[in-house]
Amino acid sequence: MTLAPRVLVLAGGLSHERDVSLRSGRRVAEALRDAGCAVLERDVDAALIDTLVGGGIDVVWPLLHGASGEDGAVRDVFELLGVPYVGSAPAPCRTAWDKSVAASVARAAGLATPEAVALPHGTFRELGAQAVLAAITERMGLPLVVKPARGGSALGVNVVRTANELPRAMVECFAYGDVALVQRYVAGVEVAVTVLDLEGGPRALLAVEIVPDGGFYGYDARYVAGSTEFFCPARLTDGAADAAAAAALTAHRAFGLRHLSRTDLIVDADGRPWFLEVNVAPGMTETSLLPQAAEAAGEDLSRLYRALVEQAAGDQTAAPRTVPA
Amino acid sequence: MPEDDDGMTQQPVGGGRAAGSRLDRWVDTYALRTSGMTASEIRALFAVASRPEVVSLAGGMPYLSALPLDVVAESLARLVAERGAVALQYGSGQGDPGLRAKIIDVMAPQQVDAHPDDVVVTTGSQQALDLVTRIFVDPGDVVIAEAPSYVGALGVFRAYQAEVVHVPLDDDGLVPEALEAALQSLRAQGRRVKLLYTVPNHHNPAGVTLSAERRPRIVEIARRYGVLVLEDDPYGLLGFDADPLPSLHSHDPEGVVYLGSFSKTFAPGFRVGWAVAPHAVREKLVLASESAILCPSAFSQLAVATYLEDHDWKHQVGVFRDLYRERADATLGALADLVPSARWTTPRGGFYVWVTLPPGVNAKAMLPRAVTARVAYVPGTAFFADGQGRRSLRLSYCYPTSERIREGVRRLASVIEAENELLATFGPGGLRAAGTHRGHGVASPGPDLS
Repeated sequence: MTLAPRVLVLAGGLSHERDVSLRSGRRVAEALRDAGCAVLERDVDAALIDTLVGGGIDVVWPLLHGASGEDGAVRDVFELLGVPYVGSAPAPCRTAWDKSVAASVARAAGLATPEAVALPHGTFRELGAQAVLAAITERMGLPLVVKPARGGSALGVNVVRTANELPRAMVECFAYGDVALVQRYVAGVEVAVTVLDLEGGPRALLAVEIVPDGGFYGYDARYVAGSTEFFCPARLTDGAADAAAAAALTAHRAFGLRHLSRTDLIVDADGRPWFLEVNVAPGMTETSLLPQAAEAAGEDLSRLYRALVEQAAGDQTAAPRTVPA
Repeated sequence: MPEDDDGMTQQPVGGGRAAGSRLDRWVDTYALRTSGMTASEIRALFAVASRPEVVSLAGGMPYLSALPLDVVAESLARLVAERGAVALQYGSGQGDPGLRAKIIDVMAPQQVDAHPDDVVVTTGSQQALDLVTRIFVDPGDVVIAEAPSYVGALGVFRAYQAEVVHVPLDDDGLVPEALEAALQSLRAQGRRVKLLYTVPNHHNPAGVTLSAERRPRIVEIARRYGVLVLEDDPYGLLGFDADPLPSLHSHDPEGVVYLGSFSKTFAPGFRVGWAVAPHAVREKLVLASESAILCPSAFSQLAVATYLEDHDWKHQVGVFRDLYRERADATLGALADLVPSARWTTPRGGFYVWVTLPPGVNAKAMLPRAVTARVAYVPGTAFFADGQGRRSLRLSYCYPTSERIREGVRRLASVIEAENELLATFGPGGLRAAGTHRGHGVASPGPDLS
């Protein structure tokens, strides 16, 4: 593409992560403008489709976090309209969006995943919470991590160190969604590996290591600058760093993702990466991990984002379509 | 997910421990008073409340559509055309003398007997709160506030590193016996109590009004203990049925700093409020204000003065009052119909109803569910400096229409019901009722759901 692409940056939405999405959108829009693109920033609303079909937009960059942004729904609409967009197709998004489904895909691809069980509230109500929770702690021990099966930004996530804390963690988790994922806690180094998938195929950037004050990478630790220390490259042995990069590439390929993804991993004492989740719409805020990894790799964010947009425009015809049910 | 510290961090091959990045090169240089200034997930959830799909019972935004905006526009245009050179210039640090004279009339119903020289105009009464705290409170000093108290005041007190001690209120406002007991106890501990901060009329967030009988008693107790009363009265003229009660200031003008505002009776966009203070305090307020902002906005002050001059502002306050009365009735009616398991206060003016949820329900933990259901409120914990208020929430009825309020309360009712179901599953009752065939469980000594 020789002319600067006209990009619609889609951010906001109605999810719990609206604020994060708006921040991601502003950052990406600024960077694209610096790269010479004409950028329109829009929220999801009833006028959006008219804008998309009205012409004047070459590519959409959906930066919606949380439901409808990451579950593939909005991307399905882009497919219907034939509008090119940055990021993965609807079907892989749906798979990645549900952490328990994603874990099955990752396991099938040979990645280690923490033992976990995903249960709706109804299961606890019908079978009795005490019995179910007892079965969980008996099988997986403590500590445990309780998180909504769908959702991001650590909202509704708690590390549970004693059985007594478990019921409250369940209540907080179910406030964010209908299904809770209870996962065995894996001790280790928390890292995020960005995969960029431009011409020449996917490549993993150096892992970013996350060391939050207070130990838990929760909402504040993610979005309040200064409350988390980041190391890029992560302080891993060469072997562990290679394994982390390989795991992220495996996930990117196994899920069928394109353009960009971020895989969150715990690297244990043996240097083994444990897959937690893969993000199809990773955060792009001032404190987010993907921009840090890209800058550490010497990428100019404006140029990189424009390259992603141009890749998306070129991929239009090659975009994988959803399979009719 | 946290990193474990016991040896899990791998050292790089052949390398030492390099410093990481905190994405803020000034992270080690901020003043101590910024330690409480963080973006919380609650604040982030409110981003959704601005979407039209959401019934927001969260913000205290006055319903400005009820203002005659064409009239306001016309008088603003005339102001710039005829007095632009004054309106767009710096002004006096104490505030425009013409506006200060008019403020005396505005305060007459509350019987605040003052001279224009006693008035300091500020950038909203929020700035007056800041200035009073700045000139009285040293780090560690105690400020007494109602339980609950206005969140914006708590933020100011925190910024000046005051310790807030909450004193209970009931349907008749601040409880004098509780105030006396708190002051006695603090005196016994040798603590320095500097201010009693109170919203006597149509309290934010509690919705209650301090009774006429208690007013002189509160002032007398404060005087006896040498504590300055900071009377915050943005809602005084917005009583639904009756004239305002005499202010605390009227009971002891030398012992009370009275704060007023045009934000609720006219428009918050002008950011014009004021303080009435004893002369020595007023002098310091003016100096403190000049060091903070040089002078309040001349344009805003003249705009407000022009509005008061040209428009029947008392009629307009009546329009607002009738509107808010109808919406308060809609809120109370919907709560009675739809949320019988909760308790709430009955406001006789102002913007707010304070709702107390059934035992065990945590309004802050429930907020994400409410946002999913497209209704927003402010969790009770926001109105305490000490973590109280988990079972409570504030509903604002000032902005949505009565129909939307009813829809919002209906959504809230379903959210509370779902939360109650969760508690039935995971609370002590549910855990006891379920699964007793297992020889072990998680219910002892009882989970902490609060």
